[in-house]
Amino acid sequence: MEETVQQYTSVFAKPKNLRRRKIVNSTMLFLCVVAAIISILPLFYIFFYTTKSGISSLNWDFFTQMPKPVGETGGGMANGIVGTLILVSLGSLIGIPVGVLSGIYVTEYSGGFFSNIIKFVTDVLSGVPSIIIGIFAYGVIVIPMQGFSTLAGGFALGVLMIPTITRITEEMLKLVPQSLREASLALGVSRWKTTLQIVLRTASSGIITGILLAIARAAGETAPLLFTAFGNRFWSTDLNQPIASLPVQIFNYAISPFDDWHKQAWAGALVLISLVFIVNLIVRIVTRDKFENKV
Amino acid sequence: MTEEQLNIISLPDEDDSVDMREMEIIESESTGKEYEVETKNLSVSFNERPAISDINLSVRKQTATAIIGPSGCGKSTFLRALNFMHDMIPKSKVTGEILINKHNISEYDTVDLRKKVGMVFQKPNPFPKMSIAENVVAGLKMNGNKEKKNLQEVTENCLKQAGLWEEVKDRLKSPAVSLSGGQQQRLCIARTIAVQPEIILMDEPTSALDPISTQKIEELIFNLKKEFTILVVTHNMQQAARVSDHTAFFYMGKLVEYSRTRRMFTNPKEKLTEEYITGKFG
Repeated sequence: MEETVQQYTSVFAKPKNLRRRKIVNSTMLFLCVVAAIISILPLFYIFFYTTKSGISSLNWDFFTQMPKPVGETGGGMANGIVGTLILVSLGSLIGIPVGVLSGIYVTEYSGGFFSNIIKFVTDVLSGVPSIIIGIFAYGVIVIPMQGFSTLAGGFALGVLMIPTITRITEEMLKLVPQSLREASLALGVSRWKTTLQIVLRTASSGIITGILLAIARAAGETAPLLFTAFGNRFWSTDLNQPIASLPVQIFNYAISPFDDWHKQAWAGALVLISLVFIVNLIVRIVTRDKFENKV
Repeated sequence: MTEEQLNIISLPDEDDSVDMREMEIIESESTGKEYEVETKNLSVSFNERPAISDINLSVRKQTATAIIGPSGCGKSTFLRALNFMHDMIPKSKVTGEILINKHNISEYDTVDLRKKVGMVFQKPNPFPKMSIAENVVAGLKMNGNKEKKNLQEVTENCLKQAGLWEEVKDRLKSPAVSLSGGQQQRLCIARTIAVQPEIILMDEPTSALDPISTQKIEELIFNLKKEFTILVVTHNMQQAARVSDHTAFFYMGKLVEYSRTRRMFTNPKEKLTEEYITGKFG
C-alpha cells in the first residue's frame, strides 16, 4: 500500500529528465517548422520569379494575338491558351468519369482480388513517366488516325489523370464511415442511390481536391503532348488537327535563341500558373460545402 | 448496482401475488396482438464461424422487446439479420426462417424490406452534408418522394414524434452535425420513422449518450411502441427493465431465456439469466 502511494506522489514530483525532455521537444518542433517553411519556399520563389520575369511581356495582346514570326516584336499566345483549355477539358472528360467510377467500383462494389489488381495497376500507372503515356497515345490514336491531333493530346492527358483521380476517390470513399452507408440502406434506399447521394456526397470535397490536382498536373504537362497534340503556330480548334498548348509553346520559346521569345515564354509560364490557380479557385467556390463555416 | 438488482429480485417474496396478477393483466392485454416478427431456427455465421444459432423468437405487434446479453453474444447479429444488413458483409451466411407479418423475408425485396424494418444504430449517424430537415426526409427523398409541402409536414411530424421539434424548430436548416449527441440520436429516430416502418430495430441506441439524453430516448421508445414494434439491444439492464415488455437473454450465440420483462427480472427461469442479471458475470 505504501509503495503505491509513493508511486503516485512520484508522478507529481519533478522528473529528473525534465530539462532533457524540454530540449528534445523544442528541437523537434523547430525542425518541423523549418521543414514546413522549406516546403512552401519553392512555390513562393517560382511565383515570384515567374511574375518578375513574365509580367513585362504580359499585356492584352498576349491573350488576344497570335504568335508573330521571328524578328517581329509583340504578338501573343492566344492559340496556346485556348489550346490548353481545350486539351485539359478533353482530358477531364476522359479522366474524371473513368477515375471516379473506377474508384467507386474498387471501394464500394468489388472486394478482394479484382480490386487489388486495379489498385496495383493504378499505382503502377501513376508512376509511368508522362512521356511514355505520350508514346502510348501516339500508338493508339496518332498512328491509326495518320496525324497529330487535339484528340490524341486530350486522350494522353486523360490517361495521365486517371490514376490520380482513381486513387484519391478510393481513399476518400474509404474515409466515409460504414455507419453512414448502413444508415442509408436501413432507410430502404437502394445501393446505388446510397453510393451516389450519401457516400459520394460525403466524400465530395476530397474527391474534388483530387480532381483539381490531376487537372493542375495535366495542364502543365509538356512531354505527352509532343507526340500527340504536337503544337500549332496557327489558330485551330479542330479536334482532328494539331493544336497549340501553353506548355509546348513555352518549351519551344524557351529553347529558342531569341531574347524576345524568352520573355514571351516567361509570360506564358505566368499565365499557365495563374490559369491553374483560377480554375482551382472557381471550382472551390462553386462546389463549396454549404455548411463549411457553420459547424 | 448489484445491490439494487438483488433487491429487485428479492422483492417478490412480499407481494408476489399482486405482482403476478398485475403481470397477467399486462399479458392479456398484449396476447391478443399478432406476431409481427418471428424467427425459426435462425442462424448466422461469419467465415463459417457461427455467431448465433437456432434462434426461435416471436415478437408481438406494437410491443418493445429488449435483447440483453454480454458482449459478443450475438445480440447485434440477430438484430441485423432482421433487416438483411448482413448482405453487406462478405462471407456471411444466414440460415433459418424470418417471418415479418407472417411472410418469409425472402419474399420481400431487400430494399422494400428495409422500408418496413427501420434501424437506429449505436452511434448517432446523421448524414453530415445535410441539414436537420434534410436528414429527416432523406429516406423519403432518396426514394423519390419530392413534394415539398408534404415533406415539410413530414419533417414537423416526425421531429415532434421524436421529441426534438421544440429544440430545433428555429434552426431546421443548420447542419445536423451541429446538434448534440442525444439530439442527433433523436434525429436519427425521426429519420427512421419518416419512412413509416412497422418495426424499428435499435442497436444499443443510448450507449454513446449521457444519462439525460438516455432518459429522453427511453421515454421515446415507450411512446413509440404504441405505433411501432420495437426491438432494442441494450447493455443496460435497468434500461431493459424500464422500456420493454419482453426481454430476451442471449448468451454465446444462443437464446437462453425469453419472457416477460418483469418475470425475467424478478423470477428468471434459468440460472444463467439470474447470474447475468445480478452481475455475477458479463
